[in-house]
Amino acid sequence: MHTHLRGAMAVGAGAVAVALSLTGCSSGNTPASTSTSTSGAPTSSSTTSSAPSNGLSSSSSALTILFGSSGDAETKAMQDAATAWSATSGTQVTVTTAANMDQEMAQGFAGGKPADVFYLGTGVLAGYADAGNLLAYGDLMPNKADFYPSLVANFTYKGKFYCAPKDFSTLGLIINTDMWAAAGLTDADYPTTWEQLHAVAKRLTTGGVTGIIPGGQYERLGAFMVQNGSNLMSPDGTKVTAADQSNIDALAFVKTMLADGSMKFAADVSAGWGGEAFGTGKAAMTIEGNWITGAMNGDYKNIKWKAVPLPTGPSGKKGTLQFTNCWGIAAASPNQQAALKLVEFMTTKDQQMKFSQAFGVLPSIQSAAADYKAAYPNLSIFMDAVQYAQGVPTLKGSSDVLKELNNNLGQLATSDPATILNAAQTQLQALMK
Amino acid sequence: MKSASARSSSRTGGIRRGEVISGWLFTAPMLLIVGLFLVVPIGMALWVSVSDYSGRGSPFSGEFHFVGLTHYAEITSGGGLTERNFGIALRNSLWYTLLVVPTQTAISLMLAVLLNRQRLRGRGFFRTAFYFPSVTSSVAITVLWLFLFNATGAINAMLGWLHINGPNWFNNPQGLLHATLSGLGVNRAPNALARHTILGVSWWDWLAGPSWAMTALMLMAIFTTSGTFMLLFIAALQNLSPEVDEAAIVDGANGWQRFWQVTLPQVRPTIFTVVTLGVIGCWQVFDQVFTGTQGQPANTTLTPAYLAYNTAFGPNAQWGTAAAIGFVLFVIIILFNLGQRAMLTDRSDRAPRPHRVKVGTKGAAS
Repeated sequence: MHTHLRGAMAVGAGAVAVALSLTGCSSGNTPASTSTSTSGAPTSSSTTSSAPSNGLSSSSSALTILFGSSGDAETKAMQDAATAWSATSGTQVTVTTAANMDQEMAQGFAGGKPADVFYLGTGVLAGYADAGNLLAYGDLMPNKADFYPSLVANFTYKGKFYCAPKDFSTLGLIINTDMWAAAGLTDADYPTTWEQLHAVAKRLTTGGVTGIIPGGQYERLGAFMVQNGSNLMSPDGTKVTAADQSNIDALAFVKTMLADGSMKFAADVSAGWGGEAFGTGKAAMTIEGNWITGAMNGDYKNIKWKAVPLPTGPSGKKGTLQFTNCWGIAAASPNQQAALKLVEFMTTKDQQMKFSQAFGVLPSIQSAAADYKAAYPNLSIFMDAVQYAQGVPTLKGSSDVLKELNNNLGQLATSDPATILNAAQTQLQALMK
Repeated sequence: MKSASARSSSRTGGIRRGEVISGWLFTAPMLLIVGLFLVVPIGMALWVSVSDYSGRGSPFSGEFHFVGLTHYAEITSGGGLTERNFGIALRNSLWYTLLVVPTQTAISLMLAVLLNRQRLRGRGFFRTAFYFPSVTSSVAITVLWLFLFNATGAINAMLGWLHINGPNWFNNPQGLLHATLSGLGVNRAPNALARHTILGVSWWDWLAGPSWAMTALMLMAIFTTSGTFMLLFIAALQNLSPEVDEAAIVDGANGWQRFWQVTLPQVRPTIFTVVTLGVIGCWQVFDQVFTGTQGQPANTTLTPAYLAYNTAFGPNAQWGTAAAIGFVLFVIIILFNLGQRAMLTDRSDRAPRPHRVKVGTKGAAS
């Protein structure tokens, strides 16, 4: 009896121990990680605390950087930068590329050991911040005033400047210059209005080539909304304006181009994105950002191209969309001091110019604009666009709304712009509460 | 666990004590494994589905609170996007299950009957050939499928020979029923169907049928699973005693009659297995969507499993909602299997045929 009971208890205790360690393995914000913290405060509270010496955790822990890479060039540039910083700071840095950024971040947060420093998109900021996963360190950046204000606004949530903008991109009109010349068009014909865009697109549409093939998503077509003086949300993000008449008119214009075949969406020609349709010669024009340089120099070397500003809408307003990432620092990082130093290094002018050279992004600081334009005159239109570019909605949950909106925009040719935008209006408004 | 075994040991007395201990010892590894990989995770998920877990640290860390059925309410009411996406995922999977399960069962049974013939030459080759898709990685087959069903891919090229203008498979969200109806001139939903909604999806949209993209995925599922189920059927058929078939021949039954009246009733237990596995598999479709379509176009290949994954691991990290979707999915699968069990067992009970049942049960052991 006794032996038996003991045996059963041993089994039971074993199971409990395993169960505990199972759940315990994901409660990483307790022991070792804070053992060398100088501030003495648990790292989790450092987001809100204003303890002396800026309240950041500090230890001799090595740092990890996790990022979704656009390719070998970006990966290598990041590794080089990390190595360079390690050499001067003495803190070791491990650079890891993520195959599935969202999932790997979620696993890291749940396990209590996220990467110390990571790429953070505007779409996930609100969710991560609300869950308490992020260190709001923006105000500690010495070069805070140098970042473009629109980018700072993108990474300010509930009044806190969370993270330093890494770089940004804007959309432009990408033109196949050979097809342009073959259609008898010259530099004077670059479209500056919607009508002109429509006219050249029609002219460039021949047999197997479509005038313009953008991706059928808000992240491209939204530029037309901005050109018409509106966007899904007001620039300060306080009002939902999706169902504005200007937006409806913008989509209606896109629809007329779809109707006469001078525009198609990338998916309609089985291309993954506008750049692919353009690079494979299916399109004479597309709407893409400065990142297209990577694909054009790598995969589609034989295509000659030029980037020009997007046309203005009937309102005469210039408009485009901007996209940006920031350097997130984890609230659970045991070495936030070093992480902050690393981010400072990564956002210096020299380092940002190196990234621009490696993978074509635009530096996030105003002091680098002149250098960038001097180095890449043919891409300066993307840099100039920062003056009038608008961001995409960053409300918590807005990525789901955009996904749904994109589902509907893909069918724009056969559906009603007002219905699509009214749905987005309702869904975005539901998130404002 | 403890008390039950204690009772049994006191009842059986000292002489069997050793056996009880070794019994526990022998089952201990399995109990541990089941506890570790089944009971604990399910318990955790259940707690996550009724708590405000934010994805930070352990769900049991004490920072998180019980929120009741909020997450379940989110996916079943409220008119939000979450509810609508869940409704769409259910619709997609419902069509998928209704069309894939009968087709793959019929095809695998047919292949098994054909390959079970004694006089067929090269049986081994055909069996391998039909089974081959089942042992290939679903990721590889998905990629292959994306190429085959590309707008300018091999399938459309073949349709072109028949002067059929193939659809843009993976980019056309129109449901097959809607497409058929619009071919007949019905392009708008009748008012009654458009006005009423279930789970945020209008009746008209529930009746859309699978999209072209989903149809391609369905064909893939049939292509890959029929081989596995064929194997089950072959095993069942080989267990049947040839005398019954011979008796039927003597009675003057032709091949068609023998199949329907003699063979089919005997393999009913296997049909039950195949349909059960099929239904479970259909509701759990994930990898094709994850690697192939990500729910596109227009959410018509969104499945509950993929939606749950995306809800938890997507940018918004709604763990509670995702866990709730998982549990609702679990209930749906259970309900489907109960219903199908009722359907399949009911009939055989009502019309017992002694000689067949006897042979049948022998076959059922497989």
